[in-house]
Amino acid sequence: MKLVFEKSAAGRRGLRIPKSDVPTSIHLKKEYLRAQPAALPELSELDVVRHFTELSRRNYGVDTNFYPLGSCTMKYNPKVCERIASYPGFAHLHPLLPQLRGGGMLTQGALEVLYETDLMLREICGMAAFTMQPMAGAHGELTGIMMMAAYHRDRGNHKTTVLVPDSAHGTNPASAAIAGYTVKTVPSDEHGCMSLSALKAMLNEETAGIMLTCPNTLGLFNPHVKEICELVHSVDGLAYYDGANLNAIVGKVRPGDLGFDIVHVNLHKTFATPHGGGGPGAGPVGVVEKLVDYLPVSVVVKREDGTYALEYNRPKSIGYIAPFYGNFGVILRAYVYLLMLGREGLERVAENAVLNANYIKEKLKPYYDLPHPGICKHECVLSAARQVKESGTYALDIAKALIDAGFHPPTMYFPTIVKESLMIEPTECESRETLDAFIEAMIAIAQKARTEPETLKAAPVTTPVGRLDETKAARELNIACL
Amino acid sequence: MPYISHTDQQRAQMLAEIGLKPEDLFSDIPPSLRCRPLNLPEGLSEQEVRSRLAAIASKNYIHLTCFLGGGFYDHFIPAAVYALTSRSEFYTAYTPYQPEVSQGTLQAIYEFQSVICRLTEMEASNASLYDGGTALYEAMMMALRLTRRNKVLVDDSVNPIYRVMLHSYTRNLKIELTETENAGGLANREAIRRALDEQTAAVIVQNPNFFGCIDDFTDLAEAAHSKGALLIVSCYPISLGILKAPGAMGADIVTGEGQSLGLPMSFGGPYLGFMATRKEYVRQMPGRIVGQTTDAQGRRGFVLTLQAREQHIRRDKATSNICSNEALCALTALVYLCLLGKEGLRETAQLCADKASYAYQRLTAIPGVRPHFPAQWFFNEMVLDLPCEAAEAAAKLIERGYAAGFPLSRYYKGMNNSLLIAVTEKRTKQEIGMLAEELEAIL
Repeated sequence: MKLVFEKSAAGRRGLRIPKSDVPTSIHLKKEYLRAQPAALPELSELDVVRHFTELSRRNYGVDTNFYPLGSCTMKYNPKVCERIASYPGFAHLHPLLPQLRGGGMLTQGALEVLYETDLMLREICGMAAFTMQPMAGAHGELTGIMMMAAYHRDRGNHKTTVLVPDSAHGTNPASAAIAGYTVKTVPSDEHGCMSLSALKAMLNEETAGIMLTCPNTLGLFNPHVKEICELVHSVDGLAYYDGANLNAIVGKVRPGDLGFDIVHVNLHKTFATPHGGGGPGAGPVGVVEKLVDYLPVSVVVKREDGTYALEYNRPKSIGYIAPFYGNFGVILRAYVYLLMLGREGLERVAENAVLNANYIKEKLKPYYDLPHPGICKHECVLSAARQVKESGTYALDIAKALIDAGFHPPTMYFPTIVKESLMIEPTECESRETLDAFIEAMIAIAQKARTEPETLKAAPVTTPVGRLDETKAARELNIACL
Repeated sequence: MPYISHTDQQRAQMLAEIGLKPEDLFSDIPPSLRCRPLNLPEGLSEQEVRSRLAAIASKNYIHLTCFLGGGFYDHFIPAAVYALTSRSEFYTAYTPYQPEVSQGTLQAIYEFQSVICRLTEMEASNASLYDGGTALYEAMMMALRLTRRNKVLVDDSVNPIYRVMLHSYTRNLKIELTETENAGGLANREAIRRALDEQTAAVIVQNPNFFGCIDDFTDLAEAAHSKGALLIVSCYPISLGILKAPGAMGADIVTGEGQSLGLPMSFGGPYLGFMATRKEYVRQMPGRIVGQTTDAQGRRGFVLTLQAREQHIRRDKATSNICSNEALCALTALVYLCLLGKEGLRETAQLCADKASYAYQRLTAIPGVRPHFPAQWFFNEMVLDLPCEAAEAAAKLIERGYAAGFPLSRYYKGMNNSLLIAVTEKRTKQEIGMLAEELEAIL
């Protein structure tokens, strides 16, 4: 398929710009002007529409079919959320309006959405308050670690280290490092959970805190999680809950009840906002009472008369981590989703997500290795180790064969503590029929790995391009058409 | 139950088939760790939720005529933008980890990287960052890594919201972040040259700057380079329809807020951070990068590349902790720029400048209203001094239906009477005239 630049024809126009209705035309000083217009493509509106429609057909979304990408919670994104986010009352609101004198009264609706979402997240996570500002999960992690640092600074603690388990998402160590901490990795035990003895050996007065995903990236709930938090507290460290896998326990367990001090929630996972091909997301961060003063400014508050306001005068705050109030359009979609689910609906989320993951796990257990048997939570991690040994069929080959069967592959090669891992997260939304079709496809692939492994090596054959040469992409770096 | 398709019967059958009872599913969680039933309201139907949210939306005042800017602008958005970006193949996909089924997103990001390079006249761009402020923070961190130095200079003509973000993010790091005070509305050459030394990693400036003033940083690029420092320029992409590109000035890293490229103001987000740099610095650039390659049959395709920089591989040694970008917002900006095209962007930028110039004439004709920086050229935003407190005037004008601008007293000492006024192509001659009349009436 051609690039949009290759479809350009000199002089073609896609949009008529209105004629100027003012009598002035300014001629800026020449040294301030560019020598020639930016080399943007010249296309008709139809050209543009066809180009991007064609591109969209080379994509795969949740609306296309099953998308069991582990740790990403690719659940259905309700259409009503999109509709409401486009209401002019929300979409056309300038973010500086509430910073004008009396301007808070002009944005009461938007502040209400932020405040009410905060209240619901507090209840769901067992936290004292949330900031809605972080614009993604990783951004929430950084915000949380910055609050951790502010807490220790305030207490006069000299802390240097953040602990993360070896099964953690890469963002955890990266966030802690960027916030100025040294990262130490705690190994997992034979059950796939953080090793308590290793943790005890590593904890000391320099420990600022720990970052945990629970259930972890193997889909396992660590029964000792409360003990871990208590151990960390015993050296005045803080426990950070990475909410990437909240979908597994939402409505059943609250991170605050487990002893966590800081929580981030990926609204684009648990609360069904679209992933957008890789953003925008939103990663609100909740904290316990002793950390509320450190939340970023501004904070939305409800006044006694029932109106909402933004509070800026917070001397202990870590400051500004975003220009405004977070990815409002994303928060709004999550708010709508929460209102529609309600208490009962939210409880059904985890129940069905966990049922679906266990259903897949049990049905595929005879055909693939399952390094950590037993009840899993929202996702299960299989291994293609058997297939590699028997026929040289790798997790990658299985993933590509799934594409030809009409499915998006699971997450591959993560977590790294399982060899040839395939991490499958079905979410609560999928029907039994879809799960069965996926299971059948996985079984057929396992059989093919025995009988005709070479066909799997050739996959995918149904896509616009086959397997792409990633080495060439990095070696002959071409990242822009100039 | 919304968005769950199993019937009770199906659930029972599925459990039976895998030999479990309902209570087994959570049996791995000690009962003492389970929570009480959540105190949340009952769920609503779509019909109910739409009427409730319509009522909430109506509490927001969106009918004010908007002269508010400050880096976030009320530009016209063609209908085809949303028609295309709302295709669910785009918005219900995730990060293109499986390139064969993600060529739509990948090619779009490659094209986005290309238009950002063409706009800024730089060689390399990433797949986007969260917003203009975090993009500037990431640029600063990138410069610190590239130079292995620890000092950064930022002029106070850079968006004050971004400056406070830089301060927040560097609080636990051993970085010396120094602000220079603008000189007559432009980046303060003298102060920057004086502060530049062998430990300076970067000089951060903005064009047009927060006051709307246009600058040419060619001299500052030379000054920075002569000390081995980098020049970081934050810019407003619409202005690049006519203004000299940062690349042509010798900038090393260019960032900006892409909201003006087809994204609604949406009360502050989701927005779009962009970043471009020189090819030689690309391995220190944060965020996703898409590269072109081929498959076994020689067909062109696109993949995520240079992933060894990123957190999922390098963990605590990564260039950034960023995981996702703002792919859908980047797609929006790309579609917008393709619709406008080469001439359309130039005309739009010129129209903004012309209308702002007309507003300047009309507003400065009001007795007592004067330009704060009379010697400077501006693009579509200007600082005017009123004969009264600007915050008070702005509050009065709201009552008359105008978001007349942003009072600068919030961020600049001694500028109590200064109002920052933005004019986009959407503002009509009549609206500008009415603003002038209303302003005169309240003074």
